[in-house]
Amino acid sequence: MEDLLRLLRLQDVNTWIVLIGTGLLGFSSGIIGSFAVLRRRALVGDAVAHAALPGICVAYLLFRDAGFPVFMLGALVSGVFGVLCVSFVRSQTRIKEDAAIGLMLSVLFGLGMVLLRRIQNDPAGSRAGLKTFIYGKAAGMTWPDVALIASAGVLVVIVVVALFREFQVLSFDREFAAALGWPVFRLDVLMMFLLCVCTVAGLPAVGVVLMAALLIIPGAAARFWTDHLGWMLILAGGFGMLSCAMGTALSANVASLPAGPTIVLVAAGVFVLSMLLAPRRGLLAEGLRRWGMRRRYAMQNLLRAMWEAGEASGDFSTRVTLGDLLQVRSWSAGALTRHLRRAAAPRWVRPEADAYRLTPAGVEEAAKTARAHRLWEAFLLEEAAIAPEYAHRYADQIEHVLPPDVLNRLEVRLRAQGRIPDPDSTDRLKGGTPA
Amino acid sequence: MSPFELYAEDGWVMLTATLCCVSCGLLGCFLVLRRMSLLGDAISHAVLPGLAVAFLLSGSRAALPMLLGAMLVGILTAFLTDTLARWARVPEDASMGVVFTSLFALGVVLISYVAPQVDLDPDCVLHGQILLVPYDVRSVFGIEIPYATLVLAVVTAVNIALVAVFYKELKVVSFDPYLATTMGISATAVHYGLMAAVAGTTVASFESVGAILVVAMLIAPGATAHLLTDRLSRMLVLAAVSGAVSAVAGYLLAVYWNTEVAGMMSVVAGGQFALAAVFAPRYGYASRLAHQAALTLRIVREDMLGLLYRWHESGGRPALSARDVRSAQGHGWIPIVALWLLFRRGEARRENGDRVALTEAGLSSGRTLIRSHRLWESFLAQNLPLPPDHLHEPAMRAEHFVTPAVADRLDAEFGSDPDPHGSAIPRENST
Repeated sequence: MEDLLRLLRLQDVNTWIVLIGTGLLGFSSGIIGSFAVLRRRALVGDAVAHAALPGICVAYLLFRDAGFPVFMLGALVSGVFGVLCVSFVRSQTRIKEDAAIGLMLSVLFGLGMVLLRRIQNDPAGSRAGLKTFIYGKAAGMTWPDVALIASAGVLVVIVVVALFREFQVLSFDREFAAALGWPVFRLDVLMMFLLCVCTVAGLPAVGVVLMAALLIIPGAAARFWTDHLGWMLILAGGFGMLSCAMGTALSANVASLPAGPTIVLVAAGVFVLSMLLAPRRGLLAEGLRRWGMRRRYAMQNLLRAMWEAGEASGDFSTRVTLGDLLQVRSWSAGALTRHLRRAAAPRWVRPEADAYRLTPAGVEEAAKTARAHRLWEAFLLEEAAIAPEYAHRYADQIEHVLPPDVLNRLEVRLRAQGRIPDPDSTDRLKGGTPA
Repeated sequence: MSPFELYAEDGWVMLTATLCCVSCGLLGCFLVLRRMSLLGDAISHAVLPGLAVAFLLSGSRAALPMLLGAMLVGILTAFLTDTLARWARVPEDASMGVVFTSLFALGVVLISYVAPQVDLDPDCVLHGQILLVPYDVRSVFGIEIPYATLVLAVVTAVNIALVAVFYKELKVVSFDPYLATTMGISATAVHYGLMAAVAGTTVASFESVGAILVVAMLIAPGATAHLLTDRLSRMLVLAAVSGAVSAVAGYLLAVYWNTEVAGMMSVVAGGQFALAAVFAPRYGYASRLAHQAALTLRIVREDMLGLLYRWHESGGRPALSARDVRSAQGHGWIPIVALWLLFRRGEARRENGDRVALTEAGLSSGRTLIRSHRLWESFLAQNLPLPPDHLHEPAMRAEHFVTPAVADRLDAEFGSDPDPHGSAIPRENST
């Protein structure tokens, strides 16, 4: 309880610094990371984070005590170098992007380790604190760090707002952007540069592996909620900020919880929640949709099977036993009984001693279903050239989907074959006198 | 101390590293071919929570529980990545990133939770402790062998055996998973089997060489070998050799410079890749540039021959100046070299100082070329509905690639005389 109060009050000034710093970092990396996720380059951030290490070491070896900003500059240079190497290997050799990223990541990081050990063999070097770049040390954040992160964030936001349209088209249709005459390559480099800036600014706070997480997870989580790029960026920034703030607050108040990993775990939680709960793309919504669809199809199949059982005699509300129905389709007895029970609720089906009948309302419904089904069947058979364009729609919406002339043509043909419930002879539809 | 005064300990370290690099290199070939290299990276980070949980449950750092825990989490990583991509429609790379960073974070948290009791820190997982390998020995048949060497020898043997036994399956699945399915090979089973092997190898290598080297060795040797050959069996051997070279050379360099061993090994592996990327006989950047330059030179030289032959055909007086011949082929160094080649091959000679004329040899090559050109035009005119002014361009391109045999067949079937533009098609025996 006391912990919770302390967490809410955040009495420690230092905690505030860290909170603001990581929050800003989460915001900007969420935004720029969204583009990386959309462009299927999520792991480039990982490569940049690893590739920054040799740059930091070289900067130290060249300018000894120049201080943090120079190291960051070194990191930026080698991060950009890593990205360019990846794109060279991808475009100029037969090695694919994944191997190129993995190569640069491990080889440049290895080089960084080699240099780092050289530096640390020297007592002055081991005091320079270069190791924080690998694991990150959010708790040790100071105002200058926050200022650095904030300026990286401002840069990212300004460029993304100014070039929103360009980045949008580049992310979804690079060829189209090129056809518009835009400098695609330069935009691409700019985008990757922003990614590098953000990564490098975050390295001392959260470290190599977790920086990659901050770039990927918020964007991937935001993608579940919207199809609109602007909203996605805002959401991703928000998710990033939220995870960083919550992670920092948690680790500040629970002993033995390191800040970086906690931030990532909170972000992972946000991701899982988004994956489950998002309204359209979420797994729950999708599961519900599939469940409803299966139910609707099962009902339609049942009605049609009962209707067709009476088609030969013309008496559509004829007695149908469970055994008859079991032979028509491959459904289990249990499932069939369940469907029948559901069909009895709106009084489409009337159960009798050992069989079932369609009620007049049921016959009407079944006739509609059978008509739609047969029209679709005919459409898929005879208009195969255009069929795929419509094939994903629901079968019961045929009037809303197919153009009227196509529908007319099909109807005439089916009627000639006597294979369509005729809307004119209502008697027949209601299951009255056989025609 | 001289840097290359080596002791038995160094031998053990190199042997251990070599075993690790060879086994990673073998598996890496399949990862590279299947465009799953980053799964190696992902798994090697993600096994951390597996190690932590195994430690928590078993209460010791015994090898078997650790191996099992890591393999389970390794397979889980592959499975989660796959599942997220398939069911939640997260792009494959992003889902991999989400999964492995989260698992790694979980691992770090778990480890710092149990940290007081364990010397299992992420630092040790990343870098490994290869220099300590020779000091933890077991006695086998009376020989003192470092424990890590034993473990990695077993792992290497298992990997070699797996690759040998399932060679056909791995091959088919790597190149054509659909064919594999029709042949009754379960691509899924092969996939998860491979992932289990990667996870096991990763864990076995961790303690001695660290995650970074494992990632480098899972990718670099395979990628290097992929640049050098098109044959899977050769690729596997090359990758193993490249891995071994990285291990030995990396160790020696690291000792020489007194620096990080695992890092140096991955740098050497990266250096080999860079060399292959530039100089590989077929797929290297330089080789491709050279091949392109040679082709360009041949085409420009032949175009010059064509020009000179046509000039000769139309009377040929006065002979063309070298400057005209060159500038007809554009700017830069290529026309200069191409003309020089013409002289050098004895196909052209200088006349009156700056003028260029064809020699007998040059006339004959020029004739062959023009014959190809005009035959091709005849062929196009008779077979495609192209207007006469659209025949020249394609023929300019095709003429360089019409072999004598093709020219003879074209002549037999389509050889009209004259060609569609009214020029005579030169026959071999006429001048």
